[in-house]
Amino acid sequence: MKSRGRLQADRGNDDVNQTHTRKTLALGIVCTVAIALFMGTAGRAQQGGAAPAQGRQGGAAPAGRQGGAQQNFDNVEVRSLHVQGQVWMINAGFVNAAVQIGDEGVLVVDTLVEPLADKFLAEIKKLAGDKQIRYIINTHVHPDHTGGNEKIARAGKSIVGGNFAGQVGQQAANQAQIFAHENVQLRMSQPGPNEPMRPFAAWPTDTYIEAQKDLYFNGEGIELLHQPNSHTDGDTVVYFRKSDVVVTGDVYVNTTLPVINMQQGGNLNGIVKALNTIIKITIPKEKQEGGTYVIPGHGRLVDEADVVEYRDMTTIIRDRFQDAVKRGQTLDQVKAARLVRDYEGRYGATQGFWTTDAFVEAAYKSLSQPQAVTRSN
Amino acid sequence: MRRIFPFVAAALFVSAPAFAQADLGGVWAPLMHEDQPERGPGPEIGDYLGLPITAAMRLRAESWDASILTVPEHQCKPHPSTYGFRGVGNLRITNQVDADTQQVTKIFTHIGWQEQEREIWMDGRPHPPEFAPHTWQGFSTGHWEGNVLVVETDHLKAGWIRRNGLALTDNAHMTERFIRHGDVLTHVYIIEDPYYLTEPLIKTNGFRLTTDLTMAPYPCASVVEVVREDGEVPHHLPGSNPYISSFATKHHVPVEAASGGAETALPEYAKKLKK
Repeated sequence: MKSRGRLQADRGNDDVNQTHTRKTLALGIVCTVAIALFMGTAGRAQQGGAAPAQGRQGGAAPAGRQGGAQQNFDNVEVRSLHVQGQVWMINAGFVNAAVQIGDEGVLVVDTLVEPLADKFLAEIKKLAGDKQIRYIINTHVHPDHTGGNEKIARAGKSIVGGNFAGQVGQQAANQAQIFAHENVQLRMSQPGPNEPMRPFAAWPTDTYIEAQKDLYFNGEGIELLHQPNSHTDGDTVVYFRKSDVVVTGDVYVNTTLPVINMQQGGNLNGIVKALNTIIKITIPKEKQEGGTYVIPGHGRLVDEADVVEYRDMTTIIRDRFQDAVKRGQTLDQVKAARLVRDYEGRYGATQGFWTTDAFVEAAYKSLSQPQAVTRSN
Repeated sequence: MRRIFPFVAAALFVSAPAFAQADLGGVWAPLMHEDQPERGPGPEIGDYLGLPITAAMRLRAESWDASILTVPEHQCKPHPSTYGFRGVGNLRITNQVDADTQQVTKIFTHIGWQEQEREIWMDGRPHPPEFAPHTWQGFSTGHWEGNVLVVETDHLKAGWIRRNGLALTDNAHMTERFIRHGDVLTHVYIIEDPYYLTEPLIKTNGFRLTTDLTMAPYPCASVVEVVREDGEVPHHLPGSNPYISSFATKHHVPVEAASGGAETALPEYAKKLKK
């Protein structure tokens, strides 16, 4: 029997708390509205910020966003799926996170939204028992990936000593360390217009400015790879070398067209580059299946072939837009040409944050304007 | 008698075999007389005649460039189960039987080209959650309706229904019926795709039982066949594919008919074209 079959069979039964798809979709719709509320103003609709494709999932009304209705995460389940090695995918219907669990403790990649932090912690407890949460890595700044930072960090512990303990005191050990690219901290500590102010305790405690930062935890090398000017200017792709799992944040999602947050330094070419980087890291088993697994910021668990499908789409669309820009077409002409119509059924949306129109506008602008906004360098 | 009764009752309830189910086990050779030009030599570019495709699928197919198959990441892809049974390789079907109940718990199908190995679960298990991985062969569960094996498949990777760019999304669903008539097997498959098909696509394939049990391995390793810029994806920009009307021209078929769509499958369509 081939191993991929076993993988599927296991997932059908043992590793996952079974929930019917229909129920999950309904929850996804609830969450879409909730995330819209959480992520702030209507202006963000033009800025990006990954969210489920509402139109496709049943057309959740975004009215709540303006109406200020109370968000309700009571019915949202936080579920886990063992990917391979020491890595589990954490799925909250509309958004993903990941945990690595081993002898030295727990490492968390992204912390979901704040209201789901307790459920996330309960799921970690279920998987890891009393093992301490030592590290958190934020793939980017958005609150659907960093909302639980404060609570989850405080549930963990760091190991401190030497000069640091002498200068800061042992209280520094009372929370997990939060790693992120420098631009994540800049955006949390100095938010731009329409960006939410984040509490100090949610900020990264350790940042990096280089192209790659390395960690070694639970017996495996972990690469933090900066993806400049892609979804935002502070995106990190996390690669667990021994487990052979990549966690992408929102530079790769499979629920929507690529989400380009131009106001936060995002750019379509940067996303194409990031997708090619992921493809370079991943190595499939024979017959282009399995091997390295990839946890996207939003959507289902995939392997290289699925990322290739999405990379091909993104590249084809980018080439079409580039050709239109080269021929001097205006944004209105590009909109009228419907250059993404072969993919908009599957990945597009007519309402919510990231509509097809919002994508077309951002894609056009990011190819017709010379340089994306960047907080650093 | 009091002691025997519970065992008899248990046997009745536990085993409950489907008496009419057929044994599909064996190696089956494809009968290629049906749709042979498409399945053997391969379809022509721009031939979508009679297929219920959406405008979105048409644009996608018109953008498709066969050079994509030279890109290393594309070279070792097997056919997805939505297409594999159309291929030319032998089909081997084997059963997995539970030793205690003697029930068939799983049926394997294996097609030689790129080793399309597939599992059809017969134990009533649920399909995986929506965030589980999709595979080329998908997740399949089967049940018997009389002596017909009915199989439902989802969790498919984005695939294809024809080797000329007619694609499927990863939301496709397939229902199949395996019908055995002695040494002949009829495979009926019905594909639904909410984005690329306007209505279910129904096709059939025929197989004949063979005593030739040969099934060669099919190793595959990708290589750089064409030197390209990093991340280059071969495709045609909209309206620029020079080959798209060659099928219509060669076979004297109106271009709009070759472009496909559900109505092009119907006899009434010919009358409509004459008007």
